Amino acid sequence: MKALRKFLDKIKPGFSKGGMFSMFRSTFGAFETFLFVPNKVTHQGTHIHDAVDLKRTMSVVVIALLPSLIFGMWNVGRQYYTSIGEATDILKNLWFGFLKVMPIVIVSYVSGLTVEFIFAQIRKHEVNEGFLVTGMLIPLIMPVDIPLWIVAVSTIFAVIFGKEVFGGTGMNVFNPALLTRAFIFFAYPAQISGDTVWTYGLSQGSKVIDGFSGATPLANAASYTIDKIPDNFTLFLGNFPGSIGETSKLAILTGVAILLITGIANWRIMLSVILGGVCMTLIFNAFGANPYMRISPLTQILMGGFLFGAVFMATDPVTAAQTNTGQYIYGILIGMFAILIRVLNPAYPEGMMLSIILMNAFAPLIDHYVVRANIRRRLKRAAKVTVKS
Amino acid sequence: MSTTKKDKEPVFSLKNMRLLTSPFNLNNPITVLVLGICSALAVTVQMKPAIIMALSVTIVTAFSSLIISVLRNTIPPSIRIIVQLIVVASLVIIVDQVLKAYVYDVSKKLSIFVGLIITNCIIMGRLEAFAMQNKPIPSFIDGIGNGIGYGMILVVVAFFRELLGSGKLLGMSVIPHSFYEMGYRDNGMMILPPMALITIGVIIWVQRSRNKSLIEK
Repeated sequence: MKALRKFLDKIKPGFSKGGMFSMFRSTFGAFETFLFVPNKVTHQGTHIHDAVDLKRTMSVVVIALLPSLIFGMWNVGRQYYTSIGEATDILKNLWFGFLKVMPIVIVSYVSGLTVEFIFAQIRKHEVNEGFLVTGMLIPLIMPVDIPLWIVAVSTIFAVIFGKEVFGGTGMNVFNPALLTRAFIFFAYPAQISGDTVWTYGLSQGSKVIDGFSGATPLANAASYTIDKIPDNFTLFLGNFPGSIGETSKLAILTGVAILLITGIANWRIMLSVILGGVCMTLIFNAFGANPYMRISPLTQILMGGFLFGAVFMATDPVTAAQTNTGQYIYGILIGMFAILIRVLNPAYPEGMMLSIILMNAFAPLIDHYVVRANIRRRLKRAAKVTVKS
Repeated sequence: MSTTKKDKEPVFSLKNMRLLTSPFNLNNPITVLVLGICSALAVTVQMKPAIIMALSVTIVTAFSSLIISVLRNTIPPSIRIIVQLIVVASLVIIVDQVLKAYVYDVSKKLSIFVGLIITNCIIMGRLEAFAMQNKPIPSFIDGIGNGIGYGMILVVVAFFRELLGSGKLLGMSVIPHSFYEMGYRDNGMMILPPMALITIGVIIWVQRSRNKSLIEK
């Protein structure tokens, strides 16, 4: 640790103004503040700083994502060996998944960070570690069979048009990771939907044993083959085909525990998303017009990326609503729209992605009205007091 | 009328050339004035309809400017919009009939958007802002310039949308078959209108980073 600090201090003058590498100042700054908490002190006015800065916050979220990632790797291997009917064990599954998932992780980080660094250099900004989380989220919401160049293209698209055009980290309207997925969903639909992309090798037509379909629970539900949906316990554990990180609710809940203990994630949004989802499902249950509408709330929430979206996507501090009341409204609407899109629109099996992107666009509006309502209420109270006195 | 000789300037004078070329860049109807966006989003899926559309708009803008400019001193101000509309509408009907007669398939693809040239803000904008106050020849040149300025953007957007969206240019496949075998896929989103909007956005971005004077405070 000390040696690293010494090394950084040694090369630092080269990167300061007028130094040999002053062009790459922001790059150096990014690495330095990533490795060590910056020792900057404010000189004017009174500021209260949290000891945990943005980069440390992001690191905690990445740690919270690790259970999902590791389980995802295991599941990739597990689904693959099940599909070809080969006996397997935990290590074999993990190793196979590791080989298939790591390239996606690397491609997502390299392409996204390249764009971030280029923009930071051009604009002479600091490089913020906003992409640290995004780069980890992207592989987790991909099917394992996704071609790597598509991951690269859509990550670059999402970072440029979802983030940099708005001014970089902290300014974006839409969640870049979800934008990546939405871009693939509309641009290369065959690579991210259907029954064959969720298990490695299936879309290349590998040999499959009888009875293995590769369909996700959501696809089963959309085609009204409700009896093929795994039972709630399997849905909770996550041993079924799906996007890499979304399947295991157990792993996601481990992440939630990490986020809530460290106080980084927002429980209001998570809770209200789930509440909204349950409400909408109950409404559909009351109608019960088709088998999809009759699925119980618990199963609805355990299926697909609902929980993953609620925990890691909807809570993104930049794109979510900021006020407490606003967060309840924002969350409930996300949950309701997600189930609504799922059940009523068979063309979009996973409504969670679209509903979060939709509500991202409305979050500033919600905040605006919450703040206005608060001002009005307080003005009224102030008026009353003046009349009395 | 002794001043007519002094007022007469050659058709290709510097001023007129500036009228022609300024819509190409600093006064571009789409990227700077943000007019005519809806048709730019709708007809740019392929190059061929975009080129035909660009030509049609250029012709209508040029001739309506010319005609209105000739009539400008006789049009009563209170009904000028109606007169302008009648002129534009007649020209659009002529263009529409010509397209139907000679390029029927493209005419079908352009469908309603040929008729909607009447409501294209560029045309009415140029008539109101330029042709009503200027002489016929400068007005004609201004009309051509704005039509080309509009058409340029249309063709550029259509170039990228057709190339990336369906791997073709003017209906011919240009991306080699071996690319598809290696796993390349056409970008389905390029065919949808949102990507046209983003493509225009990128053009505006590039243009404004080259001409800092266009950046609004």
